Amino acid sequence: MRVGKNHAVSVSGSILLLVAALAVVGPWISPHDYVTTDFDRLMLPPSADGAHLFGTDDLGRDLFVRTMLGIRVTLLVAVVASLVSLVIGVAYGAIAGFVGGRIDAAMMRFVDTLYALPFIFFVILLMVAFERNFLLIFVAIGAVNWLDMARIVRGQTLSLREREFVEAARLTGVSTGRIILRHIAPNLMGIVIVYVTLTIPQAILVESFLSFLGLGVQEPQTSLGALVDTGVNQMEGAAWALLIPAGLLAAILMCFNFLGDGLRDVFDARQVE
Amino acid sequence: MLRYTLLRVLGAIPTLLLVIALAFLMVHAAPGGPFDDERALPPDVEANIQRAYHLDEPLPKQFVRYLGGLLRGDLGPSYRYRDYTVSELISTAFPLSMRLGALAMALAIVAGVTAGTIAALRQDSYVDRCIMALSMTGISVPVFVFAPVFVLLFAVKLQWLPAGWSSTSGVSRFVLPVITLALPQIAYIARLTRASMIDVLGSDFVRTARAQGLGTLTVVRLHALRPAMLPVLSYMGPAIAAILTGSVVVEEIFGIPGLGQFFVRGALNRDYTLVLGIVVFYATLIVSLNLIVDVLYGVIDPRVRYR
Repeated sequence: MRVGKNHAVSVSGSILLLVAALAVVGPWISPHDYVTTDFDRLMLPPSADGAHLFGTDDLGRDLFVRTMLGIRVTLLVAVVASLVSLVIGVAYGAIAGFVGGRIDAAMMRFVDTLYALPFIFFVILLMVAFERNFLLIFVAIGAVNWLDMARIVRGQTLSLREREFVEAARLTGVSTGRIILRHIAPNLMGIVIVYVTLTIPQAILVESFLSFLGLGVQEPQTSLGALVDTGVNQMEGAAWALLIPAGLLAAILMCFNFLGDGLRDVFDARQVE
Repeated sequence: MLRYTLLRVLGAIPTLLLVIALAFLMVHAAPGGPFDDERALPPDVEANIQRAYHLDEPLPKQFVRYLGGLLRGDLGPSYRYRDYTVSELISTAFPLSMRLGALAMALAIVAGVTAGTIAALRQDSYVDRCIMALSMTGISVPVFVFAPVFVLLFAVKLQWLPAGWSSTSGVSRFVLPVITLALPQIAYIARLTRASMIDVLGSDFVRTARAQGLGTLTVVRLHALRPAMLPVLSYMGPAIAAILTGSVVVEEIFGIPGLGQFFVRGALNRDYTLVLGIVVFYATLIVSLNLIVDVLYGVIDPRVRYR
């Protein structure tokens, strides 16, 4: 209910849904596909003529379909990578927070150590050393982004552990595993959802950064980062090839950030009550 | 203070070892050797190459050898730039990257703190909203989107600034790369400063200072700025890492022959030793700069020393 009142959440949420829907439907209704080259139609500017809404690239491929495909890939990688970081982060944080004591201290010390590392360079190293494939991108990005989640979940678990209802459950003889599952986990949901929303733009950043450097998604597949990369090479003759994917990437990232911030405000307000 | 500093330094050593071991293992766990994509070599030639690069030794021995070299500042030979060692490549390319990064960092701190303070002083006003909206843009939009769009706008269309890195263009060639590199950090620092400044401005000692009749600027300068800077200071570590990451992109787009460009080239060419060397170098740099920030934190806020 309160979510509806928060403009940042409703506006950016609707834009994201719209973009996602367009990315799914767009390639179906377009007469073009993302691989066919047409050497009579190189670097055409955007126009309804010939149904090249976003123009064509230097190989004569339709940029509308490629951009929609790029959005699909970018969103898919981001969501899956965020889920990977969610699973790792929640499990790690909940265990550290609930067990507490020396184990907690050691586990959090490890997280602190990892925080100091230049992760993106490790991801690049990983991409250099192994074959570049989708699965590896998911795992690599997910493995980078779980630290924040672990910290936040731990903090939340620490305070939940001391609450009356957990104490009551413990007194009536409920087992530890069941307490975590039935009493702690449901109360973590809100904050976890907020931080997943904030993890997604980070995952998008990493993926598009890799693809921009030519280390991520490989041709003829594409992502928004890869499209910006090719756009850079064509920008003097075909500015649209850079500006359209760059603008969309920026818009998507901003929407996720606004959405996450807004959700956090809504959630914080509920916490205060 | 000395005890605190010593503890911090000792704490950094295992971190560094972990980094080096992880990076080393990753490279050596890679399927296939670094010379696989060349045409098939006669077995004895291949064995010679393997021996020359010590690839025939067991992994732990190679690791110890690598660590030993590291202590002497030797990161091994580059696999692709045949006549150069990795250390030579780093020492030629890094000074330029460092200049770029230092300029960007200075700009980010000055502009970010100023913008954040203004926003905090005018909390919830039109100015505040504008600054916060701009900073959200700066945080959201990646460097590799800003950089080419700036080149297109200011270099190609308006022709105010050079697009590339020619020596004829003098100081003006620094303008676009430094601004692009600094932008996301300006945005972050502005947000951090605003939040902590609002906090500090609401505290008792600021009220007392105001009650003594000091002007707003004097209160900020003499009383509020230092405590409000603490969150910004603790953000310096991530900021340094972000600027290093950004420099990879900025150097690639502006054609700046710095370390970031070597890193990308190395990554695309599968120059394992070069990439490994640069990762180890970056990690060492980040860990030591974090260390300095930690110690500085203790200087500015004496309370942390006794934790």
